Amino acid sequence: MQDFTLSQIITNLLLATRWTIALSAIAFIGGGIVGFIVMLMRISSNRLLRWPSMLYIELFEATPLIMQLFLVFFGISVVFGINLTTWTAAAISLTTYTSAFLADIWRGAVEAIPIGQWEASKALGFSYFRQLQKVILPQAVRASIPPTVGFAVQVIKGTSLASVIGFIELTRSASSISNVTFQPFLVYSMAAAIYFCLCFPLSLWSRRLESQFSYQ
Amino acid sequence: MGLSVCLMEYTPQFSVVWNNAGFFFQGVLLTLQIVITAIAFGLMLGVLGAVGRTSNNRLFRVVAGAYVEVFRNTPFLIQLFFFFFGLPSIGLTMSSGQAAILALAINFGAYSTEIIRAGVEGISKGQIEAGMSLGFKKLQIFRHVILMPALGAVYPALVSQVVIAVLFSSVVSQISAEELTFVGNYLQSRTFRSFEIYLTISLIYVAIVWFIKAIAYLIQRKFFAFTQYIQ
Repeated sequence: MQDFTLSQIITNLLLATRWTIALSAIAFIGGGIVGFIVMLMRISSNRLLRWPSMLYIELFEATPLIMQLFLVFFGISVVFGINLTTWTAAAISLTTYTSAFLADIWRGAVEAIPIGQWEASKALGFSYFRQLQKVILPQAVRASIPPTVGFAVQVIKGTSLASVIGFIELTRSASSISNVTFQPFLVYSMAAAIYFCLCFPLSLWSRRLESQFSYQ
Repeated sequence: MGLSVCLMEYTPQFSVVWNNAGFFFQGVLLTLQIVITAIAFGLMLGVLGAVGRTSNNRLFRVVAGAYVEVFRNTPFLIQLFFFFFGLPSIGLTMSSGQAAILALAINFGAYSTEIIRAGVEGISKGQIEAGMSLGFKKLQIFRHVILMPALGAVYPALVSQVVIAVLFSSVVSQISAEELTFVGNYLQSRTFRSFEIYLTISLIYVAIVWFIKAIAYLIQRKFFAFTQYIQ
């Protein structure tokens, strides 16, 4: 067996970090698109649109991400007879998970817009989508940026759970390396340090945005 | 078309759930046990952390701040692996159940530190001075004028954090700590009915979350009813 030197451990962890970042990016972009649609359904006055979106948000927010991963990875392959790769399963679960939380965050931002803004733009003869596009969303976006950036931290940390279905990213590779080197203390500390370097700047940025927006 | 053909080939059999109902019930009890213990310790850590964060002593502020940032900016799974696999190599050995409770408590403590701190900072100085002029002792002021109103003000955020702790507790199955998700993995490996089992377990988590929200509402009405008078 080949001995791992410290620099090899670091290199391997950093190589695996690429997949953590890639999965986070997919989840965040995919989740943003799906989440936007769910948010539009959630703020709609049509019950047939609103209720399914409420159920969607509630179910994803009240079940553990690990269960969602298991259901997609094992459940879909059993029920539909499609064997998903760990990549697809991880991407699907993290996208749906992210979309539910982003939809909820953005709904909060839209609902915080005073009702007078809706009434005024309606009085000006705007159609529903023009109201959203020209009046409501531009204001809601400002309020929703800090929590959205903050949620990005949750997504990055959430990707660590994709390791349980065998997706090879930072946590999975830390486990493998620690099994080979018998140095769990060192390896997990380093993995934690890498996660910290990814997440902490985002946390700081989110907090700064929050204080900026709250004073304007 | 292809999908529907595949769908017909698979008939879900929830009998596997009824036949093992006892296992699921035990899993729920174990999950609640882990979560309640962890939250009890975590809340104490949170109060301590909030005291540290708002302290005049610079060292306390830095230590509490570092604690919060480290545990909020790393994944829970890594923290769990660190406690269970990493600490034994420096002589701290613990069972998977102990590691699970420790990791959950410390993680909950970090988040609740920030939540309680926000509440404490919302207490105006005038209130504390009013308490002093009424002849309250230091500890009485801390308890009646600072801590309880602060907890009352941030109570909804704390409840959300408790819900997150319940969902996070599923992760401890990864170090073979026995709880609901562990039961699911165990049954799945014996019966291969993954879809039925994981769907049932997900719905049980939803039920637990709703149950906790209902209890939280009752607690709020009983102990924090005064918050409606605080502006």
